[in-house]
Amino acid sequence: MPGKMPVSEANSRVVYDALKASGVRVVSALPETWLVHLIKMAEDDSDMILVRLAKEEEGVGVSMGAHFAGVRSALLMQNHGFLQAINGIVSGAMLYHMPLLLMVSDRGHLGERDPWQTEGGRYTRRVLDALGIVHDELHRPDEVPVKVDRAMTLAQSSLSPVALLMTRPLMWEEVQVPPPPAKPQQ
Amino acid sequence: MKRLECLQAIYEDIQDCAVVTIMGATSAELHSLGHRPNFFYLTHAMGLASSIGLGLALCQPSRRVVVLDGDGSVLMNLGGLSTLARYGPRNLLEIIFDNESLLSVGGFPTATATGTDLAACARGAGIANTVSATNLDDFVSAVRAALGGEGLACIVAKVEAVGPAGYIVDTHMLEDRFMFARAMRQPPHNGGKMP
Repeated sequence: MPGKMPVSEANSRVVYDALKASGVRVVSALPETWLVHLIKMAEDDSDMILVRLAKEEEGVGVSMGAHFAGVRSALLMQNHGFLQAINGIVSGAMLYHMPLLLMVSDRGHLGERDPWQTEGGRYTRRVLDALGIVHDELHRPDEVPVKVDRAMTLAQSSLSPVALLMTRPLMWEEVQVPPPPAKPQQ
Repeated sequence: MKRLECLQAIYEDIQDCAVVTIMGATSAELHSLGHRPNFFYLTHAMGLASSIGLGLALCQPSRRVVVLDGDGSVLMNLGGLSTLARYGPRNLLEIIFDNESLLSVGGFPTATATGTDLAACARGAGIANTVSATNLDDFVSAVRAALGGEGLACIVAKVEAVGPAGYIVDTHMLEDRFMFARAMRQPPHNGGKMP
């Protein structure tokens, strides 16, 4: 259950507020552990249209429809959801020059303990690069507002997908590695 | 019945709605009846026409949105039916032309040729107002009933596996895309407007 998982609610709030500040009024999502707070925030927000998907690729269509309607949107997905959605991203969003803000939880990267997440984690960045999708990483809450705003700005001006990877240091509060001992002062 | 006859028969009813069609024969046939800036032809991304219709319908609840889908496309995104049902936009009509075939890519039979019932799928997904039509009168009545009322509706029309000779239209897909986006920034009028 979400309550037992050390997913950062505070940093999820920072991400959510940044999405709102960048004009997002439609969020489509498929739940995974790291996204639970974000999805709950969208659900509790009467100014946000939350579309819970059966499969991530649908979210590309929802965002295309929202763009036609003149409404800004974002997709909340796990990196495996990004991999799932690729045909929609390529032959929907990219073919038709559609802005798409992909908010991707960066599973399977450094610090991942779940063996089943590791294979997808190995390829996320390389697949983004292969598709020519501009991407950046969110590590600290203080960099979130500006990066989300800039990613949205680029998506809208380039009419292209832009991806932000929500990394473990941002989303996961569990301390896994103690800091190295400080060197004695010389 | 033929899909082209169906489209001809409802053209005036849907002409002011936001219309999202799937690729291939359906696009080409609608285009041949008269292109309008409020028609969008999804020439690829099979399965996503209904998802585009959903996003549009949720964002513009005062505009009527009609999706012209097909059996091959719907079978690629059956989960999308459950998402449509979940949000049930009152301004969305999903029309599925079921010719039991992937006509646009050579006519291979789809699973509806071997027993899959898309009306049952839609109903089972939660779209209660789902009807099947096997003749033109029933089809036209069902479309007019849906467009005369409110609420998410789905019509599965059984049609012959025939289409136009070619799928090339005289406007470029990007031209259509930007024209459609511009049309969606204008307020809906006449039959395109929800009561």
